[in-house]
Amino acid sequence: MSALLEIKDLHVSVDHHEILKGIDLAVNAGELHSIMGPNGSGKSTLAQVLARRDTYEVTSGEVLLNGKDLLAMKPEEAAWEGVFMAFQYPVEIPGISNTYFLRSAVNAVRKARGLDEMTAMEFLPMFRDKLALLEMDDKLMNRSVNEGFSGGEKKRNEILQMAVLEPRLAILDETDSGLDIDALRIVAHGVNAMRSPDRAMVVVTHYQRLLTYIVPDYVHVLVDGRIVRSGGPELALELEETGYGSMEASAPAA
Amino acid sequence: MTTQTQHLHRYLQCFSEFERVATGGELQWLSDLRRRAFARFCEVGFPTTHDEDWRFTDVSAISNTAFRLPRDARPIVTPQQIKPWRIEGALCQLVFINGFFAPELSVLDKLGKNLTVTGLAQVLSSNPKSIERHLGRYVDQQRDGFSALNTAFAEDGAYVHIPRGVVVQEPIHLLFVSVPDGSPIMSHPRTLIVADEDSQGTVVEEYLTMGVEPAFCNAVTELVAADNSVLSHYRIEREQASTFNISTLSMHQGRSANLASHSVLLGGALLRNNVHPVLAGEGGECLINGLFLGADRQHIDNYMLVEHASAHCASRQFYNGILDDHAHGVFHGRIIVHKDAQKTDAKQTNRNLLLSDDAQIDTKPQLEIHADDVKCTHGATIGQIDEEALFYLRSRGLDEVTSRKLLLLAFAGECVGRMKEGPIRKHVETLVNQHVLRFANTIPISKAS
Repeated sequence: MSALLEIKDLHVSVDHHEILKGIDLAVNAGELHSIMGPNGSGKSTLAQVLARRDTYEVTSGEVLLNGKDLLAMKPEEAAWEGVFMAFQYPVEIPGISNTYFLRSAVNAVRKARGLDEMTAMEFLPMFRDKLALLEMDDKLMNRSVNEGFSGGEKKRNEILQMAVLEPRLAILDETDSGLDIDALRIVAHGVNAMRSPDRAMVVVTHYQRLLTYIVPDYVHVLVDGRIVRSGGPELALELEETGYGSMEASAPAA
Repeated sequence: MTTQTQHLHRYLQCFSEFERVATGGELQWLSDLRRRAFARFCEVGFPTTHDEDWRFTDVSAISNTAFRLPRDARPIVTPQQIKPWRIEGALCQLVFINGFFAPELSVLDKLGKNLTVTGLAQVLSSNPKSIERHLGRYVDQQRDGFSALNTAFAEDGAYVHIPRGVVVQEPIHLLFVSVPDGSPIMSHPRTLIVADEDSQGTVVEEYLTMGVEPAFCNAVTELVAADNSVLSHYRIEREQASTFNISTLSMHQGRSANLASHSVLLGGALLRNNVHPVLAGEGGECLINGLFLGADRQHIDNYMLVEHASAHCASRQFYNGILDDHAHGVFHGRIIVHKDAQKTDAKQTNRNLLLSDDAQIDTKPQLEIHADDVKCTHGATIGQIDEEALFYLRSRGLDEVTSRKLLLLAFAGECVGRMKEGPIRKHVETLVNQHVLRFANTIPISKAS
């Protein structure tokens, strides 16, 4: 069986500066992979390229999603194919309410997949369940998207969107950064509830802390645009002991 | 100089003919008012870009066109043609063709006896005394050739009088239609709105064109709001690309009067939107809210002159603009705080979105403060559609056009959201929705390649 996500020798530049220098990664449905690395290693770039942000230039390589060329897709097309990225810095959008935004998103995805749009009556009970899962106050939902939300509320809102959109491939870009322990538990609980045999997850993080709440199947260490080590959950613990420095030393020569 | 003289000669001919036949010519005060105004217009002529207040707006397209002042046979407009322009839920609709009240096209059956809503010319014939003390008293003709020109030709338009204590919930809809029937025409609609003490009402002026030849609509509205009255004024501009519209709203507000001016500017080739509130009584409040959407080569100039003449008054100016293609927008926000207007609280915000490299906005705040205990703030922003927000929406599955539309509607919605819920806001929402879709469909060339 071919992997849900297959990244082959991916090179990515920003302003002619190479950030990703040949990434190979295969993620099967049902698996949760964690990508760890120091600041500036290219973790967020990888996440954003997968979500089809166009400020990054793919200079070579290939990314397949269910065998389809992900790099040929626009952001919305990737979303229709089941890609979801939880933003490291969720954007505030004044004037558009959360509920309206989420229902529009759900229906845009359903429409692209040839499904009937959900009416408000169908949407609301489902939405309430997901709000409860993320322990979110439904008053927030009548407010504008992320506007005036605390850092923790923004991150929970990202996971809420993921729960509502039910993606096939979920990418979490430093969703744990800046969260207090209570918010972290809630976010982790939401993510764990979403794990399923037909869903793949890629969790990008700077800190090992998250991985005690969300236990990955695989851990990859990204340093200077390359995956320098891959292993099981124990690799995260090793990193905690030794830091990224030791990994850089063991990086294969370019 | 020769050309200026030629223009004046043309207008002099118009004025001589006008004086012979105009309604109310036998009224000494009115004929004096018109003559003084025309003399003033001859002195100042049309403004040029050398005038500080007109620096960004070239009106030579108006001064160089030989506009006819239609007086004779009214162009044929059928009630059927007017029907699509009704606002559901309005109290009445008064239709004006080239500035003249057309009762046969208007819907007046729901009008009660508790207020007066009619054509100005009718009042000039039947009861001129009732308006003598107001007409021409509030608009500043010294500053502006256009207001002088309107006053010189002041004859018809709307007259709205809401007597003391009367509360009118449903909006009064005034529809001004320019019908250039074969040749360029001009009109000078003159409207007088008088709200007595403790009264309340909503008046909507809507402008449109039927026909393709150039039209020049030079409208002046004087609005007098007595103590403790509450009045909302809407100006909706939907004219065609061959129309020039100069419009002046002069508001005079009494003690604790609460006024709102909402401008929604969508159509027209060249628009000048003058809003001039004078907060003359203590404790007055004024909201000056506007939205302008420009495309192609449209030119939209907003000139705000907010005069705080009394203490403890508050004014709020909010103008949002979206400009595409080669459109040019202007926001000039002038606040004058008189010596005795202590505790003035004046705020001004102008936000602009430019959707193309060729679109342009000139925004200029101007504060003149002669009192020493006041709070005055101003701010302006100019930007593009937020790329981060666009990517965020698209990453959730909304296509690019829908995402752009949502962001533009949210931006326009800031202004729409300041309007009171009801028929007019619904009307404006529908118009803005339709209009914004056109903007959302243009994706910048730099991105498309």
